[in-house]
Amino acid sequence: MAKKSPDEVHPVKAFGWAASDPSGHLSPFSFSRRATGEEDVRFKVLYCGICHSDLHCIKNEWGFSTYPLLPGHEIAGEVTEVGSKVTKVKPGDKVGVGCLVGACHSCENCTADLENHCPQVIQTYNSIDVDGTMTYGGYSDHMVARERYIVRFPENMPLDAGAPLLCAGITVYSPMKYYGLSEPGMHIAVVGLGGLGHVAVKFAKAFGARVTVVSTSPKKEEEALKRLGADSFLVSTNMDQLKKEQFTLDGIIDTVSAVHPLLPLLGLLKANGKLILVGAPEKPLELPAFSVIMGRKTVAGSNIGGMKETQEMIDFAAKHNITADIEIIKADYLNTAMERLAKGDVRYRFVIDIANSVADIYRETTQRK
Amino acid sequence: MVANQPEKEHPVPAFGLAARDPSGVLSPFNFSRRATGEKDVKFKVMYCGICHSDLHMVKNEWGTSTYPLVPGHEIVGEVTEVGSQVEKFKVGDRVGVGCMVGSCRSCDNCSNGVENYCPKMILTYAGTYHDGTITYGGYSDVMVCDEHFVVRVPDALPLDAAAPLLCAGITLYSPLRYYGLDKPGIHVGVVGLGGLGHVGVKFAKAMGAKVTVISTSPAKKQEAIERHGADSFLVSRDQEQMQAAMGTLDGIIDTVSAVHPIMPLIGLLKTHGKLVLVGAPEKPLELPVFPLLMGRKIVGGSCIGGMKETQEMLDFAAKHNITADIEVISADYVNTAMERLEKGDVKYRFVIDVAKTLQQG
Repeated sequence: MAKKSPDEVHPVKAFGWAASDPSGHLSPFSFSRRATGEEDVRFKVLYCGICHSDLHCIKNEWGFSTYPLLPGHEIAGEVTEVGSKVTKVKPGDKVGVGCLVGACHSCENCTADLENHCPQVIQTYNSIDVDGTMTYGGYSDHMVARERYIVRFPENMPLDAGAPLLCAGITVYSPMKYYGLSEPGMHIAVVGLGGLGHVAVKFAKAFGARVTVVSTSPKKEEEALKRLGADSFLVSTNMDQLKKEQFTLDGIIDTVSAVHPLLPLLGLLKANGKLILVGAPEKPLELPAFSVIMGRKTVAGSNIGGMKETQEMIDFAAKHNITADIEIIKADYLNTAMERLAKGDVRYRFVIDIANSVADIYRETTQRK
Repeated sequence: MVANQPEKEHPVPAFGLAARDPSGVLSPFNFSRRATGEKDVKFKVMYCGICHSDLHMVKNEWGTSTYPLVPGHEIVGEVTEVGSQVEKFKVGDRVGVGCMVGSCRSCDNCSNGVENYCPKMILTYAGTYHDGTITYGGYSDVMVCDEHFVVRVPDALPLDAAAPLLCAGITLYSPLRYYGLDKPGIHVGVVGLGGLGHVGVKFAKAMGAKVTVISTSPAKKQEAIERHGADSFLVSRDQEQMQAAMGTLDGIIDTVSAVHPIMPLIGLLKTHGKLVLVGAPEKPLELPVFPLLMGRKIVGGSCIGGMKETQEMLDFAAKHNITADIEVISADYVNTAMERLEKGDVKYRFVIDVAKTLQQG
């Protein structure tokens, strides 16, 4: 039997932008999505955030990409159709999908609402779905996802600035709760002021923390203090500054995805302090054992969150008026956006205006006829 | 302020074994102890355990040693004098001193009973005391120590086999409790079966855990299981064994003080598992980040324990008949013991019989 082309695998035609090789160059891509199953929600994609993971994946930097690769896991839109067993949402509702679209639903982790730790977790893109087909993400005109993986957007949350919370937001919210760093009055640092970092500052302030931003760029100080509301700012390469602040922090959220030294950060922690890694450098970091032994400190990891917590995070964000700071682009700017993202040249998340980009393509195609 | 004349610095003559330089060779050393202050406890040293830290320190391997250096922080003996304000001890009591002899007593850490994390904590040896003098440890005939840093050795524990608990014991007991690895039914790994490791197995078993010993030496398997009561054994260099055990442990206490790969250990942990470092390699370890993120795992450290917890640990050990497995040696054997310790040739702690063998002349 001949292998089916991506636009023949499923019955419903779909359109998006995908990379076909590790150059990471994104171009228009026709594919298909499954029909709306009993537990499925189908929605028109209005916006999709560009996460740094998308960049890592299209270039196969983590070594597990399969092409064609259609990224996007900060997806927001409007419901067009629901399956017969769906009760959570109805057509017209504003919804989102983040990094996950499936799991086993029976293991310990799934039962504890930690689908993200299920050994059989299915990711929104570059993953094999239960029917054996490749999952394609949100840089596309519409999505179909199981009800369990649909997040409801509260009325007062704008879809464009809310979309990035579906990955960036949960990535920093979850560890702050899990590692006990969300109590009022705590002193928390956020390392790296990018897509993850700027959202972390907002959540930490909403939890009632005193927030210090640690960055390699002195230029970010004004933004950090005036625009994002951080309480103080440290330049991570300024050893004198860091030494003065030793033993002052309850916790650190480290969003940096490049290799960087941990020793100066560990020095900032009080005894029993926690350094939480949420960025994913591809090479190992150096861990000086003494710096965790003295002071009983911990270095911990965290990776998004389960669906229940993701909804909780969105509701919390809506209540506290937290959204991402975004730059809206159209799909024809995608490759340029990726180049700028690689250089950290964005304040602080690109969001693709999918609906209008799709409309542009449609207009071009019909004009050509 | 370094003492120029250790013999005359304080009024009470003392005798011990000191290293004079980074060769680490120990030799007879006359020095002095302070007079027993109002809050001090003075005791005749009966035994002192040889901790691997003593070896690191006599050779200045951590770069913090000052010479002459009298090591020893697993010290047990009998009280001979107490100061006028001492409430917890009286003459004749069986007592011990571990790794600390002082702290600031006012910071958050001190107030919370974790003097070991006080930034001004004073080590039992090679530290600087409140009066500016260098501290000398337990390879000596007499100790004088502030009551707060003295523990009672329960009658049920023999002094010689209890001595190593003052460092090795608390070093394992504290993280088992703090990191929640003390619940019955939990599956704990202990990496390294030496002075720390063998005591760790005993404590973890007493707390109700299923214990797996992880070691580079297949030869240690029988001892681990038959003598120490471990439930299973993994050879860390055997990739097949390690692979088969992936995702099975709730926590691991890593006692290894040499640089070693921790990625395979992180792989042994279940989701939310904890790798706790208590051994202190001088060079950094390689920390792979992905496995920590994917399983929401942690790598933490721990350093001895506070005074309250050290007493609690001894009482727990007495209740569960836990002591170290020791080889008692005479003072004149100490340099040979150090050489054997360097090669890991001891089952599992040397203890110096100070009272009977440490003598002048």
